[in-house]
Amino acid sequence: MATALLQRRLIFVTGKGGVGKSTVAMALAQVAARRGKRTVVADMNGAGEQHERQLAPDLFTLSIDPQRAMEEYLTVKVGGTAGQILGQSRIFSAFAMATPGMRELLSLGKVWELAQTRRRTPGADPYDLTIVDAPASGHGAALLRTPRTFAEIAKVGPIAGQASTIAATLNDRDFTAIVVVAIPEDLAVTETLELDEALQRERLNIDAVVLNQRHPDRFDEGDLTALRLLAAAPAARLAVDAEIRARLEAEQAARLEQHFGERLQSLPYLFKPELGAEELELLGRELDL
Amino acid sequence: MSLTELLEGKQVVICAGSGGVGKTTIAAAVALGMASRGAKVAVVTIDPAKRLAGALGLDLLDNEPRQIDAARLAGVAIEGELWAMMLDPKQTFDDLIDSVAPSPERAAEIKANRIYRQLSTAVAGSQEFTAVSKLYELSQSGRFDLIVLDTPPARNALDFFDAPARLESFLEGGALKALLRPTTLGMRLFAKGAAPVLAALRKVTGVDITTDLATFFALLGGMTDSFGVRARHVDELLHAQSTAFLLVASPQAGPTDDAISFHQTLAEGQLPFSGAIVNRVHPLLADEPLPDVELQLAEKLAATLSEYRVLAERDQANLTRLRAALQGAPLLLVPELQDDVHDLHGLLRIHQALFG
Repeated sequence: MATALLQRRLIFVTGKGGVGKSTVAMALAQVAARRGKRTVVADMNGAGEQHERQLAPDLFTLSIDPQRAMEEYLTVKVGGTAGQILGQSRIFSAFAMATPGMRELLSLGKVWELAQTRRRTPGADPYDLTIVDAPASGHGAALLRTPRTFAEIAKVGPIAGQASTIAATLNDRDFTAIVVVAIPEDLAVTETLELDEALQRERLNIDAVVLNQRHPDRFDEGDLTALRLLAAAPAARLAVDAEIRARLEAEQAARLEQHFGERLQSLPYLFKPELGAEELELLGRELDL
Repeated sequence: MSLTELLEGKQVVICAGSGGVGKTTIAAAVALGMASRGAKVAVVTIDPAKRLAGALGLDLLDNEPRQIDAARLAGVAIEGELWAMMLDPKQTFDDLIDSVAPSPERAAEIKANRIYRQLSTAVAGSQEFTAVSKLYELSQSGRFDLIVLDTPPARNALDFFDAPARLESFLEGGALKALLRPTTLGMRLFAKGAAPVLAALRKVTGVDITTDLATFFALLGGMTDSFGVRARHVDELLHAQSTAFLLVASPQAGPTDDAISFHQTLAEGQLPFSGAIVNRVHPLLADEPLPDVELQLAEKLAATLSEYRVLAERDQANLTRLRAALQGAPLLLVPELQDDVHDLHGLLRIHQALFG
């Protein structure tokens, strides 16, 4: 039996662009915080606030910035004269930032640091749970592969050591979980299945798939026959379209169900102009955690 | 203003926007529209839906444009020519090395280098770099009247413009060349005062990676200047008056925010912005009484209708915001299609919405 999702210390939330990764990450975080877990949502996609910001009791957010992560790493981990020299060296910074994969590794290093029971950052309180609002599938898979690649290229030295530690953490299913968000459309479902393949090659497992934005399916065959006779009425056309959509969605949901079985969960489409705290809470309640 | 007028005199169209808004299909529809109006058009897609790719006959991923058989596009008369290709970042990178390397042997050595292999296959950055690189190559070839580029999914526009520049500067290796001078012994200090930096570098990264890097840059040798020259040409192409950036968005709150910030990035970079296409818009419905049906069905209809109205009003509000931010720049709308759009049928319907 795998460790329950919210019992782990680190959860990556990824999926195709535009499927609601941030929404699902926040909904998970709200549930965890409500249960008294000190939770942080780390956004790897944006240029948001880089300092930890409190949203609610036990609920924090921050945005990961590779440059800042590097400075922290050099000061805290390397330390001494070497750390100082490198921290101030623009040449080193340019080199490090341009090295392929280095930004990803530094960002992951920061995420790893957030998830430790004893934080490297002096004076920082530990979190019980770190939820990563990770980049979209393609970049997400590359991101999770980065530590292993680095560990292989730089065989010795602190970076190699750090990279191996991070790689081991990502593969530890008691510690790390991967949640993939999808919507019931062909492209998103296909991408989810492909991501599963790519992750398995890295010996990484998808722990849960959240099928977001399922539309209601409310019309039966009798309704459809009646509606088709009224096709001139805009409301009837709308209803027929909605039913067509619902049926296509059911086909896509079945593809995921077949592959992921009990790992699949669904969330309803919320007909709201914008998703606020109330909607997140509603979604959180829909999740079986 | 119609899309045809908007793209008058353009030789390059770049479709930019955040992930999940339908960029690839829009790019294909734009290419189809311009080809049907007589132009010889190539569309470069990054990761098209398999069924769309299949429908266009793009099952072959060989990194070269293929002409689309007009017979596949039932209902659209193509006066010009429509070509399409799927970008293969690794292949594009290899081609680039082949074209700038002084000898085939040198090219082979570079392609076997560990740093190069990682560089050319890392997803982050290499898609962006090679997309722009391919665009430049096709534009230089003069084979097409118009090239339409689909861009890799990114949350913010900066990724697209920064990633090529980052890789470019890595390849030029300016900073590193000042630091390292490869010798038979591996590497030797070059600039005075660099000793402690280099020592610290070795301490942090491990010796292997720095030796690999030194070898890599030794191999690149005199080629790095070509990368610099090339980078300047690419930059000129992106800024040319004959280039058009089309912003692709969808009308939810998040993607609208993304589109507004994309637009700002384009403006700050003085890139030629031509207009925005908002995909999947729910048009407002006129207030009409519900059809006369039995009670249970009437209730379901009312529920569906009220849900739809929420989305239609949401879309209007976001479109108003986007319009204000675009300050009068053209905005084209593509209505939401209920059925799956990632196939030929969907492409034709989007084409219809854009070109009439």
